[in-house]
Amino acid sequence: MSAAGLIGLTLAEARDGLAKGDFTAVELTDAYIAATERARVLNCYITETPDRARDMAKASDARAAGERRPLEGIPLGIKDLFCTKDVLTTAASHILDGFKPPYESTVTSNLWRDGAVMLGKLNLDEFAMGSANITSYYGNVVNPWSPGEPGKWTRTLVPGGSSGGSASAVAFGAALGATGTDTGGSIRQPASFTGVAGIKPTYGRCSRFGIVAFASSLDQAGPMARTVKDCAILLRSMAGHDPKDSTSVDVPVPDYEAALAGSVKGLRVGIPREYRVDGMPAEIDAIWERGKAWLRDAGATVVDVSLPHTKYALPAYYIVAPAEASSNLARYDGVRFGLRVDPGGSLIDMYEATRGEGFGREVRRRILIGTYVLSAGYYDAYYLQAQKVRTRIAQDFTAAFEACDVLLTPTAPSAAFGIGEKMDDPIAMYLNDVFTVPANLAGLPGLSVPAGLDEGGLPLGLQIVGRPFDEETVLRAGAVIEAAAGRFRPAFFGLG
Amino acid sequence: MSLDKATVARIAHLARIRVPEPDQEALVGELNGLLGWVEQLGEVDTKGVQPMASVVGAVLPLRADAVTDGARAEAVLANGPETMAGFFVVPKVVE
Amino acid sequence: MAYVIEGRTGAWELVIGLEVHAQVISNAKLFSGAATDFGSAPNSQVSFVDAAFPGMLPVINRFCVEQAVRTGLGLKAEINLTSVFDRKNYFYADLPAGYQISQYQQPIVGKGVLDLDMPDGTVRTVGITRLHLEQDAGKSVHDQHPAKTFVDLNRSGVALMEIVSEPDLRSPEEAGAYLRKLRSILRYLGTCDGNMEEGSMRCDVNVSVRRSGEPYGTRCEIKNVNSVRFVMQAIEFEARRQIEVVEDGGKIVQETRLWDTTKFVTRSMRSKEEAHDYRYFPDPDLLPLVLEPAWVEGIKATLPELPDEKKKRFIDVYGLSPYDAGVLVADQERAAFYETVAKGRDPKIAANWVTGDLFGALNRSGKDIAESPISADALGGLIDLMADDTISGRIAKDVFAEMFETGKPAAAIVEEKGLRQVTDTGAIDGAIAAVLAANADKVAEFRSGKDKLFGFFVGQVMKQTQGKANPALVNDLLSKKLKE
Repeated sequence: MSAAGLIGLTLAEARDGLAKGDFTAVELTDAYIAATERARVLNCYITETPDRARDMAKASDARAAGERRPLEGIPLGIKDLFCTKDVLTTAASHILDGFKPPYESTVTSNLWRDGAVMLGKLNLDEFAMGSANITSYYGNVVNPWSPGEPGKWTRTLVPGGSSGGSASAVAFGAALGATGTDTGGSIRQPASFTGVAGIKPTYGRCSRFGIVAFASSLDQAGPMARTVKDCAILLRSMAGHDPKDSTSVDVPVPDYEAALAGSVKGLRVGIPREYRVDGMPAEIDAIWERGKAWLRDAGATVVDVSLPHTKYALPAYYIVAPAEASSNLARYDGVRFGLRVDPGGSLIDMYEATRGEGFGREVRRRILIGTYVLSAGYYDAYYLQAQKVRTRIAQDFTAAFEACDVLLTPTAPSAAFGIGEKMDDPIAMYLNDVFTVPANLAGLPGLSVPAGLDEGGLPLGLQIVGRPFDEETVLRAGAVIEAAAGRFRPAFFGLG
Repeated sequence: MSLDKATVARIAHLARIRVPEPDQEALVGELNGLLGWVEQLGEVDTKGVQPMASVVGAVLPLRADAVTDGARAEAVLANGPETMAGFFVVPKVVE
Repeated sequence: MAYVIEGRTGAWELVIGLEVHAQVISNAKLFSGAATDFGSAPNSQVSFVDAAFPGMLPVINRFCVEQAVRTGLGLKAEINLTSVFDRKNYFYADLPAGYQISQYQQPIVGKGVLDLDMPDGTVRTVGITRLHLEQDAGKSVHDQHPAKTFVDLNRSGVALMEIVSEPDLRSPEEAGAYLRKLRSILRYLGTCDGNMEEGSMRCDVNVSVRRSGEPYGTRCEIKNVNSVRFVMQAIEFEARRQIEVVEDGGKIVQETRLWDTTKFVTRSMRSKEEAHDYRYFPDPDLLPLVLEPAWVEGIKATLPELPDEKKKRFIDVYGLSPYDAGVLVADQERAAFYETVAKGRDPKIAANWVTGDLFGALNRSGKDIAESPISADALGGLIDLMADDTISGRIAKDVFAEMFETGKPAAAIVEEKGLRQVTDTGAIDGAIAAVLAANADKVAEFRSGKDKLFGFFVGQVMKQTQGKANPALVNDLLSKKLKE
């Protein structure tokens, strides 16, 4: 099979082709290494690891047929928020300059255990703080759906964020799948912007051990891939209880791929009325309607539900997440790893210079907000109130799930926008996450699945949110939409 | 509640982040905008509502008291910007 | 009479509260699997969790929780079945994460009490406000380099119990008694070795002064005082300093101070000058700690007999004075030693030998009870030789000294040196006859009414028998002879 042909396969197809011996892991990996080189114009990788990829692929090819692992020879990109042993890990921040972790994150360990191949480390918003991948110290990531010639785009679109590098690489074909993390929508919103599938599993499903923390009570790793089935395959490897993460939950990991074979007949799909927001493009509403119809056609029942505290989710998030981040990011102090800027004064001078230069604007802003809302005299009014509102939001979901089994909503209130847009107003930028944040606050699984293109030819996603630890139903409902909507690929794809 | 430049400077110092004078002015506006926006949370009636402690709803797992880690000073120090004789080194701290 | 310090303008009362940081005895750290040994090479007992590397997460050590519960039970305190770990945020060189995991609003142990046995025999009950679990910080070394501070993270993450007293203490002596009693309880429980020099037990002292009956004055906190003696000295100094400030018309500024162990003064800590704003919030990496009541009961069932109960038993069962009982129970090993000695013997005689001769000898030679050259059984053997009149009490003192020196059993020394008491009346009569014959003049004096000379004759007879004659027999026989 040609290299271009290899890039065109889904993860499930590539896995099956490798198993049948249609091609080797080295051939597949080489095709992807070539694609990562062509994708450089998108700036989706911070670090490429072609040598390691080839070594891993060779090791896969050397395995006997009877010893094949679930992801044998599958080339993946890793969001540069996952610590990878002896490989530069940056969180897209200047402050982690030169940091090579002496350990591996649990999620990536699980992937390598199952035979996957590492192509490199993917760009992201600095410390995963952003919705457009414009805050990276390593530069913006470009959405491969940007119109015009590669590198000479007529309009340079953002891939969404924070897992923008992951989304862009998967959409382009510079990785067969990728890891993402999702604190307020960082898997689902870029998936929607780039026409790929991505799932944020239930909080506690994937270990957070070895993932650079942004907001500990919200962060959750998940896969991004071209199809729902590919996500299901990756999630099974990534998930699982980890004694090294106290918030990891000890429940069995089901065979998500097998779950896709089930039907949605009788499934109750809830439509939360509060997700109809002012000023949302008509096209998004139309796609949402289409989604309902597809699920109904497949035998599901569509019911109206209410999540009354929805409008408070985003402001609650923008207190809780920065508060946790302000504390989580205190360890970047120039003492034990990463950047040190020493102006030659006291220890405090060193801290302030290191952190002042090491963190970008958005990260600084969030640390300051987080520091403020936790400070003496403000804790109750801000942080405590936000955590109580969070309880209310979780209760809303619990009540809604009495009347339905999954929720169907748009993933984001818009399609991908141009780099430079929404930059001046942080709140306008934060509104990108209005539909995704509630699932993080309540810890629920959420999937974004491509559902169509807007008038400008840009992909739009729909989101399925499910009950805790019921990723199977979420994936199954998503697969119905995917099957009806078809798949989407940018004009600028793979090896051309 | 509204912050002024002095408060921004105080928070920045608390967070040990040097913010140059001119940036402080811009931050006053941005942070006030954000704080004004999150103020709407005050509308929610949270009387008798427990703050979210854990979305997982589980209790803390406990591990056995066994030595399973440490004894790798080299790896711990390997990324250090300045180390000497097995120590991390920082500018002098006066107590 | 309450303790007061006389100032120029009158008497001042002291108000003292102590915060003790007690390092938990455990193999591994509170939230990581690194070892807790003292004195290892720098950064050799550090996991990536202790060094706060990116993506590292805490997982709590069950045994450390058990130790905190055990200590709480030992302090007769409430055990909170649900407690929460919070982050205390501040920047310091030896605090790698930029926050300390501690317990703020919901500690694992609530209110308890500690009874102090004062030298005058009274008991003072001091309130314990709370006990919580937290991580220790690393160590900053400031004297290795003129312009640099060196950081060793070996101690980073070791479990600490912070035990906070109510401001119930009123004198340096009470503060000292509190620390000694707390240390004794922790050692009994096996939850902290109480070694203040090595820093496994550290004390922050809050001191204020006031006129009797007035509200509390502004307090100052003296950080990290590392011996009972220093705590007492620091309180005394600090109280006098505060009195002087107030009497000179000044105001006490609430601040953190340091005890200077060379100049014996407290001074303001420059590094702590800045206003603190710790921004406590529940640690999102940890869930609430929930204890099963049955588990707590199980720990309760295994608690050892604690000093107070043991003291009461020593008084009730052995008939000891409260003072002797207090001295013996202060240390578990000493108490056990005593009980072995007392077993089947006169308990008061045993107590006299243990608290008097043995503790005295140990003190003089700088030895611990565990290093005593005389075992409890050996000391018992010595007492037995007195009880069955094999040796006299006076000879026993010599035998004891010999035992302490050589470690030999009492019986062997007695045999070897022929110290067996002479109870043969014939032999004693012989000695008496010789003494009386040699001192005919004195005998005449005695018989003419100079009773005091009786002691002289006893001394001469004992000398004649190299001290081995049974003194009671000597008395008896001598008076008969002299009356003849």
